[in-house]
Amino acid sequence: MAQVTSPPEPAEVVSPAPARRYSSDAAGLGRLRAGAFVAPALALIAVFLVFPALWVIYLGLTNYRLTGVAAAEPQFVGLDNFVKALTDPEFWDSTWLTFQFVLGSAVIGQVVLGFTLAWMLKDRRGTLKSVVEGLVILAWILPSAVVSFLWVALLDRDAGTLNALLGIPGFAWLLDYPMLSIIIFNTWRGTAFSMMLYGAALGNVPPSHLESARLAGASGWQQLRDVVFPHIRGHILTNLLLISLWTFNDFSPFLLTAGGPDGKSEVLAVHVYKVALQNGDLGYGAAISTVILLINLVVAVFYLRLLRSKK
Amino acid sequence: MVLRKRSVVAVLAASALGLAGCGQSSGGGGGDAIELTISQNAIAGGKNAAAADHIANWVIPKFEEAQKAKGKDVTVKFVPSGVDDEQYKTKLSLDLKSGKGADVIDIDGIWAGEFAEAGYIKPLGELVGPEAESWDGWQQIPEAVQGLATFEGKKYALPVGTDGRVLYFNKTLFTKAGLPADWQPKSWQEILDAAAKLKSSGVPVPIQINAGTAMGEATTMQGVLPLLAGAGGEVQKDGKWTGASQAMKDTLGLYQKIYGGGLGDPKLQQEAKGRDKAFQQFAEGKIGILLEGDYFWRGVVNPKDGVAKMDDRDQVVGYAKIPAIEPGKGIRGQDFVSMSGGALRTVNPATKHPKEAFELLAFTLSPEALKEETKDGNVRITPRTDVNKEILAGEPLLTYISEEVLPLTAYRPPVAVYPQVSVALQEATAAVAGGTPADQAAADYQKKLEGLVGGAGNIAA
Amino acid sequence: MTRTWAGRIGFYTLIAVLLAFFTIPLLWLAAAPFTSDPSYEVRMPDFTFENFQTIIEHPYALWSLVNSLILAIGTALLVVVLSALAAYALSRVRIPGRDALLYALLLLSSIITGTAAMVPLFQLAIELNLIDSHTGLILIMTGGLLPAAIFMIKDFMDATPKSYEESARVFGASPLQIVRHVVTPVVRPGLATIAVWTIANVWGNFLMPFLLLSDVEKQPAAVIMYTLYTEGGQANLKVLSTFGLLYSVPVVLMYLFVSKKYGFRFHGGIKR
Repeated sequence: MAQVTSPPEPAEVVSPAPARRYSSDAAGLGRLRAGAFVAPALALIAVFLVFPALWVIYLGLTNYRLTGVAAAEPQFVGLDNFVKALTDPEFWDSTWLTFQFVLGSAVIGQVVLGFTLAWMLKDRRGTLKSVVEGLVILAWILPSAVVSFLWVALLDRDAGTLNALLGIPGFAWLLDYPMLSIIIFNTWRGTAFSMMLYGAALGNVPPSHLESARLAGASGWQQLRDVVFPHIRGHILTNLLLISLWTFNDFSPFLLTAGGPDGKSEVLAVHVYKVALQNGDLGYGAAISTVILLINLVVAVFYLRLLRSKK
Repeated sequence: MVLRKRSVVAVLAASALGLAGCGQSSGGGGGDAIELTISQNAIAGGKNAAAADHIANWVIPKFEEAQKAKGKDVTVKFVPSGVDDEQYKTKLSLDLKSGKGADVIDIDGIWAGEFAEAGYIKPLGELVGPEAESWDGWQQIPEAVQGLATFEGKKYALPVGTDGRVLYFNKTLFTKAGLPADWQPKSWQEILDAAAKLKSSGVPVPIQINAGTAMGEATTMQGVLPLLAGAGGEVQKDGKWTGASQAMKDTLGLYQKIYGGGLGDPKLQQEAKGRDKAFQQFAEGKIGILLEGDYFWRGVVNPKDGVAKMDDRDQVVGYAKIPAIEPGKGIRGQDFVSMSGGALRTVNPATKHPKEAFELLAFTLSPEALKEETKDGNVRITPRTDVNKEILAGEPLLTYISEEVLPLTAYRPPVAVYPQVSVALQEATAAVAGGTPADQAAADYQKKLEGLVGGAGNIAA
Repeated sequence: MTRTWAGRIGFYTLIAVLLAFFTIPLLWLAAAPFTSDPSYEVRMPDFTFENFQTIIEHPYALWSLVNSLILAIGTALLVVVLSALAAYALSRVRIPGRDALLYALLLLSSIITGTAAMVPLFQLAIELNLIDSHTGLILIMTGGLLPAAIFMIKDFMDATPKSYEESARVFGASPLQIVRHVVTPVVRPGLATIAVWTIANVWGNFLMPFLLLSDVEKQPAAVIMYTLYTEGGQANLKVLSTFGLLYSVPVVLMYLFVSKKYGFRFHGGIKR
């Protein structure tokens, strides 16, 4: 217990992950066996992911439709669909709404709330922890079809629970504040994933490190910054990447607002649904999906820069 | 610990395998027996359950029996579906494109054009043979209803039924407002006057006419198109589309008067579940007048099994024809107008047994089958005049629609681009309900329309 | 002392607020199934079981839950096993371009979950004769979920110490044994997260099963849920709320099972 007397140097207390990262192959796997371990996953991914995804990108270059003449004989139209999307104000409106949606519900809502919950429940046992975790996870695992009814019942103008609780009957949340509604909805819906990931990640922070920091008089915030954060940086990056990606492609706001009123909550995934499924314009829908992919690429690079640079 | 974990995995795996074993249904094979499948967007215990039960419990056994009597061994399987029309259409299109799908399929009449253009359906004469053209049921089906199944002069399917739209009103609220219980407006002004009276008598929502994109096609069919017809316009006529014409401006103008003048609830139109709520509110006596199809009477306020039951439907709910803007100013110079749609049933071009499939198809539309299908409170308007005469006798509303409304009605253009035009119309009503002037919304609609239908050249001057 | 008290009050206040936030929307699901005539209003139910009776008599409802279980468990097993193996290998053996490859796959996985991918996936399933089969659907869904799963689990693999693997190796354990007996226990919370995540994803997926299965007896609950509407698209709240509740129960049980057996129990499993 020498650490009690000597204040810990955070950088040393933290197990140096980067140094381990490329350490030698501890299990003696070797390239060949490593390849065998990766092969089944890669094979499935190649057939059921890469191939159809490239096909989607190709469809984006055609005028393919679900029905009509263009279904029988789709034609290659080059970048027409992309030009159409980029010159369409509706597309830009949707993009801007999607940014609000991702920033509000994923980056701020889910990450902050998820981490807060994980941190608060970290050292707890028993009923309280199970109940809180259970409810948060329930919000996440309930099927969208069920959840949409729950939120309509919550936010309804006339009979909604929220208006009844707040004593403001007739307040039209979904119509007057559609973006706020779907952001809060998606925070509720998705927090569990971040909570679980951070919970598991915090579980991997050696308790002894936290203990020593605490004994050295580090405040809660200092513990977070100096001990916990360096330890879970990788998880934060993963978490941000994944939930941003998923939120970008999340279609469930459709169930709540149908993109309305007047397209005021028509995020890109809903826009694609309307274009591809409701209008049957599969070529254009595929092109927009490709654009979403490119936006996601930029976002991913941004996160990587942000979190990798802080060594 | 490790051991315990392993056993859990083993249990999980075993249960998954066991369940998977249970889930497999064995595909039965038969020698030279003919196997047919019939599919509808209907499912027992869910959407259109009565139709699904009818096929499974009556059509299939009777048809197999009749075939057996002819010395043929035919087995029929019903493939239920029961989802959103758009999703059904997507799946059906993918199936048909890949040469899959049931032998006998149902489609919405409005899809006929785009399905035909894509090669998903074929003219019955080519696919089945002359017996399809000479089917005896055709003589019983009115010309206009036959038109539903016709594309570029060829019959692609048999019509399954039709419907009509009227103005429903709450007689209790009308009496309170000093309006007659046998109300029949003769012009739009009379509708507005009645709504104003309802409003001053304290009715929360005097009139509700579907608007906005959230309601989808309901806005177009139970809103824009009947009104447009009343203003003397058609969405497409002789190959030319209607842009910002006077009729369109009048139509959007009525929306403006209703939603701008506080006679309707513009927010109800924007909610994702707004149509459900409108039905609920009508049933609760909060809405005075509602423009809806006969489905509203049969499926919504039906005292037996409606989604917004009204126990006193027959006493409280009145109905009236939709008037033209002024007498004689509707399409074809009519005083009253309506819009109709209807489903079609046809043979999958990929079927191995087109003749037998057509026999099955025709059998489902035989008088006996239709009578069986529509008994016990499942009455709807069938395509056949002979059957309608019998089954509609005890049904005042359906008789009214069949006799008074269908002769006045109009149909949507069965062309591939129509669904997108419909969305543009919905957006125009949304704009007006949200406060945009009608003329502006009409002009915006025209601009959008030009992009959809291939330039201003395809829009009537 | 006062600081701890203030901290406690703060803690419980925050917990109470969060509990309310996550509970209130769920009230409808607790009340509506037991109400004879449910609307969107949360009311005190009259405790009827008539709605449950309807669901029990429904020809497809209960069986569809079994189908959902098959799909969810099958996919979860495949995703957990394959992603753990792949992530372990990728974590321990340096392959050039590994990170770029992972990011690329992750990005592509987003396109596959979108509406636009339905045509390629449908036609692929037809070509491979995987249409109308649970196995085919499981393979397709696994393919879409694997990149994110590998991504998540690799972080956990990266963070585990190598010393145990080395000692196990000294005792002559094969790499596969090392993964099973040494690495897996350490990354269990991560594996549990992936399993629950996979189950939730599959459980709610409507479009893929709907398009790829045509036999209604193979359809999962997500599809059957969508059939509980009327011909005009109106929700039948009686059966929808009740089925919604029943539909939610297995997935909650699965979560409880996974979390009890595998998850969230202690810090890392091995004292360091």
